[in-house]
Amino acid sequence: MKKLPDGRYVDEAPWSDDQDLSALERSDMDAPNWVLVWRKFKRHRLGLISGIFLLLSYLMLPIAGFIAPYTPNERSAEYLYAPPQSINFWHEGDFIGPYVYPTTATADLVNYRWTYETDTTRPMPLQFFCEGDRYNLFGFIPSDTHLFCAPEGATVFLWGSDRLGRDVFSRILYGAQLSLTVGLIGITVSFALGIFFGSIAGYFGGKTDWIINRAIEILRSLPELPLWLALSAAVPSNWGPVAVFFIISIILGILDWPGLARAVRSKFLSLREEEYVRAAEMMGAKPGRVIRRHLLPNFMSHLIASATLSIPAMILGETALSFLGLGLRAPAVSWGVMLNDAQNLASIEIYPWTAIPMLPIIFVVLAFNFLGDGLRASLDPYKS
Amino acid sequence: MVTPLLDVRDLSIGFGSADAVVRDVSFQVMPGETLALVGESGSGKTITCRSVLRILPQAAQIRSGVINYSAGGKTCNLLTESRRTMRSIRGNQISMIFQEPMRSLSPLHRLGDQVGEVLRLHRDMRPGEAKKTVLDTFERVGFPDPTRVWRSYPFEMSGGMRQRAMIAMAMVAKPELLIADEPTTALDVTTQAQVLGLIKELQQETGMAVILVTHDLGVVANMAETVVVMNKGRVMERGPAPAVLGSPAHGYTKKLFAAAPMIPEVAAPARAETSDDLILDLRNVSKTYTMRAGGWRKPVTITACHEVNLSLQRGKTLAVVGESGSGKTTCARIALGAELPDPGGEVLFRPTKDADQVKINAMSQLERIHFQRQAQMVFQDPYSSLSPRMRVQQALTEPMEIHQLGTRAERREKAAEMLRWVGLDASMLSRYPHAFSGGQRQRLSIARALTLDPVLLVCDEPTSALDVSVQEQILCLLEDIRDRVGLSYLFISHDLAVVARIADEVAVMRQGVIVEQAPPDTLFYNPRHPYTCALIAAQPEPDVNRPIDLGLVSQGAGKPSSWPEAFRFEGVAAPALTELEPGHKVRCHV
Repeated sequence: MKKLPDGRYVDEAPWSDDQDLSALERSDMDAPNWVLVWRKFKRHRLGLISGIFLLLSYLMLPIAGFIAPYTPNERSAEYLYAPPQSINFWHEGDFIGPYVYPTTATADLVNYRWTYETDTTRPMPLQFFCEGDRYNLFGFIPSDTHLFCAPEGATVFLWGSDRLGRDVFSRILYGAQLSLTVGLIGITVSFALGIFFGSIAGYFGGKTDWIINRAIEILRSLPELPLWLALSAAVPSNWGPVAVFFIISIILGILDWPGLARAVRSKFLSLREEEYVRAAEMMGAKPGRVIRRHLLPNFMSHLIASATLSIPAMILGETALSFLGLGLRAPAVSWGVMLNDAQNLASIEIYPWTAIPMLPIIFVVLAFNFLGDGLRASLDPYKS
Repeated sequence: MVTPLLDVRDLSIGFGSADAVVRDVSFQVMPGETLALVGESGSGKTITCRSVLRILPQAAQIRSGVINYSAGGKTCNLLTESRRTMRSIRGNQISMIFQEPMRSLSPLHRLGDQVGEVLRLHRDMRPGEAKKTVLDTFERVGFPDPTRVWRSYPFEMSGGMRQRAMIAMAMVAKPELLIADEPTTALDVTTQAQVLGLIKELQQETGMAVILVTHDLGVVANMAETVVVMNKGRVMERGPAPAVLGSPAHGYTKKLFAAAPMIPEVAAPARAETSDDLILDLRNVSKTYTMRAGGWRKPVTITACHEVNLSLQRGKTLAVVGESGSGKTTCARIALGAELPDPGGEVLFRPTKDADQVKINAMSQLERIHFQRQAQMVFQDPYSSLSPRMRVQQALTEPMEIHQLGTRAERREKAAEMLRWVGLDASMLSRYPHAFSGGQRQRLSIARALTLDPVLLVCDEPTSALDVSVQEQILCLLEDIRDRVGLSYLFISHDLAVVARIADEVAVMRQGVIVEQAPPDTLFYNPRHPYTCALIAAQPEPDVNRPIDLGLVSQGAGKPSSWPEAFRFEGVAAPALTELEPGHKVRCHV
C-alpha cells in the first residue's frame, strides 16, 4: 500500500484490465451433472458404504444358488430346528482350515424340543466347489456346484435350520432374490405412473391438475393395510409363485405412485418458472420436447433419490404381506415368508434363530435410507 | 487524535485449503462516519463486513488479522471475544441490515414483536416501555401509522416498507455502528433514494457510524465520507470519498468509474424523426388478470397495463422503463405473443420492410412458427436461462433443431459463428454453462437468441443481474450486434441510465400506463412528467457534488393521485397521452 499526499492509500501491485473472455470461471463445474453429483456423493461416507453394500447385495442375487450351501427347500429331516453352527479354523492349537463339528439331535421328550450335541473331538473340514443339489445360475444355467458345503456326515447351518430342517442362511440368500427385486419392480411401476401423472398435472395445470390431485388424495386416504389385504386376497390361489410375486409387486407399485406423482408435480411447477424452460417455449418447442429435453433431465436426479427412499417401503410392504400369509406363499422363498414361520412366540423364544431374516431386512432398509439421504444431499451440485 | 470506532487490520479469510478470498484488508471507521466498501460480486466485501459480527459461513476460516472495536473507552478484538460478549454486541452496539428485505424478516412474527426483540434481549425493557420505543422508531423511519405497522406481518408490506422495518430493527437499540449490506440493491430506484436518504438522516441524528457495502459508485457518492474499493479480496484504493471519486488513482477504480452508467447532460432536445417503417406496433393494448380472491369473495381484476401504444421502428431500440409492477414485462410478453392482450388491443409485426403485417394476437399455427424464428428474447437472469444439463453446443443448436434448420454440421457451424459474434471462443461449445461467469452466460444466451437470425430481439432487463463493468460490456455488445445486422430491440429496463445509452425512444411506465414517451435526449433535456423527473432525480450519480434531490423523488414517486394538478388521476381513469412537442408525449390534462 502506498500513501498518497492527499491521505489515501493505493495498492501498488501491478494491475491490468485485460481479461480472457473465454476463460472458465469455475472449471470445476465444467462437467456433466452425474460427475458433479458423484463428486459430492463421494464425501457422504455413510451413503457411499450403503451404496456399496446394496450393490454387492444385488450382484449376489443371480449367483445366490452358488453361494448358498443348500437349496431353499432342501430338507434335512434329522436336523429340525438345529441351532447356528460356527465355522472354526484352529483345532487344539493347530490350524487346519475351515471346518465344522458334527452334531447329533436328540429329542427332549420332557420339554418337547430338539437338543443338539456337538462332537468337538472330530473336526470335519468344509468342502469347496463341491457338488450339491441342482439349482439355476442366473435363473437359467443349470448347475450343481456350490461354493462350499458340509462334509459327508455333518451339516453346515450357519444361521441354524427351521421347522422343516431347511438351512436358514441359504433360504435368506434365496429369499433376497424375491424380497430385493420386489422393490425394484414396484418402483418401476410406481415411477412410470408417478412421472406420467405428475408431469401432466404439473405441466398442464388447471382442470387436469385438479382431477389428478383429487385422485391422489383419494388414493392416499384409503387405509393402506386393508387395501393391500383386499387386493392380494383377490389374487387367485392357484397361481404359481412367480405370478403371485409379480402381482404383489405391481400392487405395491400402484399404491405407491401418488407420493411420487406429487413430488414430480411440485418439481415441475418450480422448474417451469426457470428461464431456460421459458426460453425453450418461446423458441417454439412443443410441450413434449420441453418435458423431455428440459424438465425431465433436470429433475431425474431428484426422482432417483426419492425412489431410493421409497424402495424400503416396498420391501417392508412385501414382508408385511407375506408375514401375514397374504403375499408370497411357500414354496416361494422371501424374507416375509420366512418370518411367517416365526409368527409364534414360543418358537422365537426356544429357537430365536428363526427370526434371523429380520436382520437382512433391517440392514437393507437402513442402507436404502442412507443411500437416499446421501443422494439427496448431493443432488444440487451447482450450489456450493 | 480520535480513536477509530472500528479498526480492521490485515484481515485475511479463506475457505478450506483454497487461496484466501479476503487478503490483508485494512480500514478504519471513525465514530459517526460513513465508510463505503465498494466492489463487484466476488470481491470479498460481504465476507469482510460479516466477519465484523462473526457471522461467517461455517467453512470460512479467519487466517489472520485484528478487528478492534472501541466504544465507551474500552477496546476489544471482535475476532477473539467470547461468544457471550459477541452476543451482547450484536444488535446492541453493532447491527446489520441485509440485502433481501423479503427474506430477512420472519413471516410468522408481527413486525412490532420482531423489532422489539432487540430491546427485550439487550435492554431488559418492560413490554410497555419497549412498545413505546419501537413505535417511536417506526415513526422515525417514516411509517405514517406506527400502530398499524406494529400489528402487521412482513408479507403485508412492500419491499421498501420492509427495508424500512429492517432499518427500524437495526436502529431501535441505538447502535454505535450500522452495517448495511447492499441495503437498496433489491429496491426500485426511487425507493432506493428514499431509503438512502433515511439512513443518512438517522445517522446525522444519532451520530452512529455506518459501513455501507455496495457495488454502486453513485450510492457511494451520495452517502460516504470514506471509500474502500475492493477487487478479488484485496483493497485497491482507500481514502476520502471526494478524492477517490474525484480523481481515481488506481486502474480498477478508474475502470469502475468508466463503467458506471450515467444520465447524460443534454444540451438540446433531439429532433423528432419520423418513419413509417414499423417493425412492431402495439395498438391500444390492455391486459387485466382476474385473480380468485379465495372463498366466496368476488374475483379481483388486476390491470397489468392499460391502453399501451408503442411502435418500434426497424433497426431502432425502443426502451420501456419502469419500476417493478409497472407492467413493462407484460408488454414484452404480449409483444412476443406469449400472452394475449384484452379484446380491442392489437399487436402488429412486419418482419421485413415490404412483407405483410402479421397480427400477433391472432396468429395461425404456421404464422406462429414463422414469428418464433423472427422474434427472440434475452432473459434477465443469466444463471437460470441456460439449462445446467446441456452443453453450450446443445443449448445453442436447440432453436435450430426445433425449427428443423440445417444439418448437424451446419447447426454446429452456426453455433460456433454466433459464439464468435458475442466475443467468445468456439472451443466453448463442449463446455457446460455452469463453468462460466454471469457475463459470459449472458453472452451465451444472446448467442442462443441470435442463432435463428431474428429481426426483433426483446431484451428483458438483460443487464440488471450483472456487475457494472460487465453490464457495460454487454450493452456495447448489444449495440454492436444491432448495428451489424440491423436488429430492432424492445428493451425492458428499470434503469434510466442504462436506457440512456442504448435507446432511440424511451417510454416511461408507471402502474400500467405510459406516462411519458420521447427520444432519450428530449426526455433528459426536458422531462415533463413528475414521475420521470423523480426517476431522473433518484438516479445516484458517482459525483459527490450532485446529491439526490429527495424532494423531487418523493413528489413524483407517490401515488398518481398525489401528483400536481395537471397530471393527477385516480385508478385507470388516466388523462390521455398528449404530444406536447413533436415526438414528446406526456400523460397530462392539457
